[in-house]
Amino acid sequence: MKATQSPLFGSVDEVAERLEGVGYLASTAVATTVYLADRLGKPLLVEGPAGVGKTELAKAVAAATGSGLVRLQCYEGIDEARALYEWNHAKQLLRITAGQGHESWDATRDDVFSEEFLLPRPLLTAIRRDDPTVLLIDEMDKADVEVEGLLLEVLSDYQVSIPEMGTVTATRKPFALLTSNSTRELSEALKRRCLFLHLDFPDPDLERKIVLTRVPELPQALADALVRTVRVLRAMELRKVPSVAETIDWGRTLLALGLDTLDDDAVRQTLGVVLKHQSDQVKASAELRLN
Amino acid sequence: MAVTIPEHGLPGHLVDFVGALRRHGVAVGPGETVDAAEVVGALDLLRRRELREGLAAALLRRSGQREVFDTLFDLYFPPALGVGAQEIEVPRAATDDGSEGPVDVDALRDLLADLLLAGDEEGLRELARAAVDALGTAGATGTGVQGVNGQPGWSAYQALRLMSPETLLARILDAMRQDGDPTDDFTDEVRRREIRDRIARFRKMVQDEVRRRTAEQRGREQVAKTAVPKQAEQVEFLSAYAEQLAQLRRTVHPLARRLASRLAVRRKHARRGQLDMRRTLRRSMSTGGVPMKPAYRTRRPGRPELVILCDVSGSVAGFSHFTLLLVQALREQFSKVRVFAFVEKTDEVTHLFEPGAELSGVMQRVLREADLTAFDGHSDYGHALGSFAEFWGEAITSKTSLLILGDARTNYRDPNLAVVRRLVGQARHAHWLNPEPRRQWGTGDSAAHRYADVLPMHECRTAGQLADVVEALLPV
Ligand SMILES: Nc1ncnc2c1ncn2[C@@H]1O[C@H](COP(=O)(O)OP(=O)(O)O)[C@@H](O)[C@H]1O
Ligand SMILES: [Mg+2]
Repeated sequence: MKATQSPLFGSVDEVAERLEGVGYLASTAVATTVYLADRLGKPLLVEGPAGVGKTELAKAVAAATGSGLVRLQCYEGIDEARALYEWNHAKQLLRITAGQGHESWDATRDDVFSEEFLLPRPLLTAIRRDDPTVLLIDEMDKADVEVEGLLLEVLSDYQVSIPEMGTVTATRKPFALLTSNSTRELSEALKRRCLFLHLDFPDPDLERKIVLTRVPELPQALADALVRTVRVLRAMELRKVPSVAETIDWGRTLLALGLDTLDDDAVRQTLGVVLKHQSDQVKASAELRLN
Repeated sequence: MAVTIPEHGLPGHLVDFVGALRRHGVAVGPGETVDAAEVVGALDLLRRRELREGLAAALLRRSGQREVFDTLFDLYFPPALGVGAQEIEVPRAATDDGSEGPVDVDALRDLLADLLLAGDEEGLRELARAAVDALGTAGATGTGVQGVNGQPGWSAYQALRLMSPETLLARILDAMRQDGDPTDDFTDEVRRREIRDRIARFRKMVQDEVRRRTAEQRGREQVAKTAVPKQAEQVEFLSAYAEQLAQLRRTVHPLARRLASRLAVRRKHARRGQLDMRRTLRRSMSTGGVPMKPAYRTRRPGRPELVILCDVSGSVAGFSHFTLLLVQALREQFSKVRVFAFVEKTDEVTHLFEPGAELSGVMQRVLREADLTAFDGHSDYGHALGSFAEFWGEAITSKTSLLILGDARTNYRDPNLAVVRRLVGQARHAHWLNPEPRRQWGTGDSAAHRYADVLPMHECRTAGQLADVVEALLPV
């Protein structure tokens, strides 16, 4: 690995500016940790509730720095073959059959374990890229614990060993961003490898700006009322509190319905956009005196 | 705003700060300390907010640690010394000689009401700072309250009592209504909650400010010892307040998932799955295509079944909220969960724990609707466990994990060990979680040790201990 990889950003402010340039509004916490992850060459683990902009952050860093985005979406049961690499067995078998009779086994073997038969998956892809890369490992908490061991290896040395071919080492460290909705705790070892960012709901000013960037036609006063109401909803004990994504959706809906004030009627008509569970709607309606 | 650089140099100071975090239960390893030093090197120290976020990123591993971190950060990296640059002037009563008079509380409250109405966070923080300083040094009109012996005295209690921000609510609401916004019930309710939230935040600002000033006077270690909030994991279940309970709820949920996945992993390791042709072929490549090492499909971990028996008697009232949280969280993780409550007798209460059910009412319903008492309403473990075995004994099979929650206080009645032994024998695994401190086990009417001979019993007084139990229960 080249020791002197030039950093992506020159300052914390520059992070914020360039992210804003691609439509992502970063809090101080976000801008600072992105800057540090790049400077210290450490992966950034972003943990927080759904819909606060974790995935979007990785996309924004890629867009802002002109890096390619390589995404590993985790799910229950994901394994090495899906995360790292796999051999194309069908093709290998064809090759073996074709070579039978007029070629030594050694020659065949050397051939079927070569580049041509390799199916790289996101982790290997990210490590082999020569161009700047953002590696997004999304929803890490959904994967089984065993996958963390694999990740830990890859994120420690930025190299992957393929027994049949040898070791692949990154020529350029990717900017690695892991996300978790904390449905389970990740292992201490993996956490220690990373810088940690707990991304929570943005403060009202920031959220208003986010809504206005995403729904620019929305009147300022309405955006303000939306954000304030959503904050009140978040303070209630609900099964699923509304996230930034829901605030944005709410803004779009009001606009589409031609509603320009957030009074009780408007909320009654559109509450389903922000609260997805029937029981939450019932509860909020009662507590906020909508009935 | 810049941080005040300590006199004995930054690295030493960082080590002190890390030490304080450790003393308050945040496990910071040497690796993290090195990261923190790198962070300090990479950031502009004149920007305090960035330093705060950067250090948090290097030193913390869980969101529950943040409150402790913030409090200690404010003590170790204070924004300014003394009262700092003042933007906001605290109104004072006139004095004859033109010196700074005592604080004019009515005028101060007007100022506070305006800032609360505007929701001006920065302004409120400034006001908290200026008001604490002025009240601590000059006192208020008519009260004569002041620092003792010419020493200024910082008191959050005094400051908040004089300003009493809660009593400004009605007035602020009226002002908002006149701003021409909608005036329906809903809008009104939203505003009310918003103002209450702002008031609560202002109270916290005053408390933080008092803590900071006191630390200057008495040394930060002294203040840190008493003023740093406990993390949710360290709060004892038997004495948790509402707000801490809300935090606990957030802590317990992931723990329940972990517990469930631990139980599932056990099952996965226990049996070998079907032959996996694809992987067998792949392995055979290295042996000339001869399948020497067959590969097996690992089983998708099945969701295990769970039976929970919980003591809901008066002696564990504080624990029962935790019980409910845990039970509800577990319900979502297991394919089949049956929940039983007991005091003197046992009754099934599974139906009260529908996923997503509102927890606040569940305990009342358990106590009201289930048939749990016979004579005096004191727990009778022996009888309760016996009635469980008699009526629902078949609920426990070789696929079931059995979890008993309770303090094992039998009121000196027969603990019925024989029946417990039988239930434990029937189950796949069985564990007992006890909310009492271990040193109290076996004292008085506690049969904890006797039950602990039959099945593993874990002290489980805090979410932190629950985490340990979960960790240790089933090593992967
Ligand atoms: N800081 C932000 N700036 C711009 N958009 C944001 C921001 N935070 C969240 N969003 C919006 O919220 C939506 C949900 O974000 P996403 O990244 O999918 O959430 P998560 O991955 O945390 O569940 C995105 O579509 C994005 O438009
Ligand atoms: Mg996402």
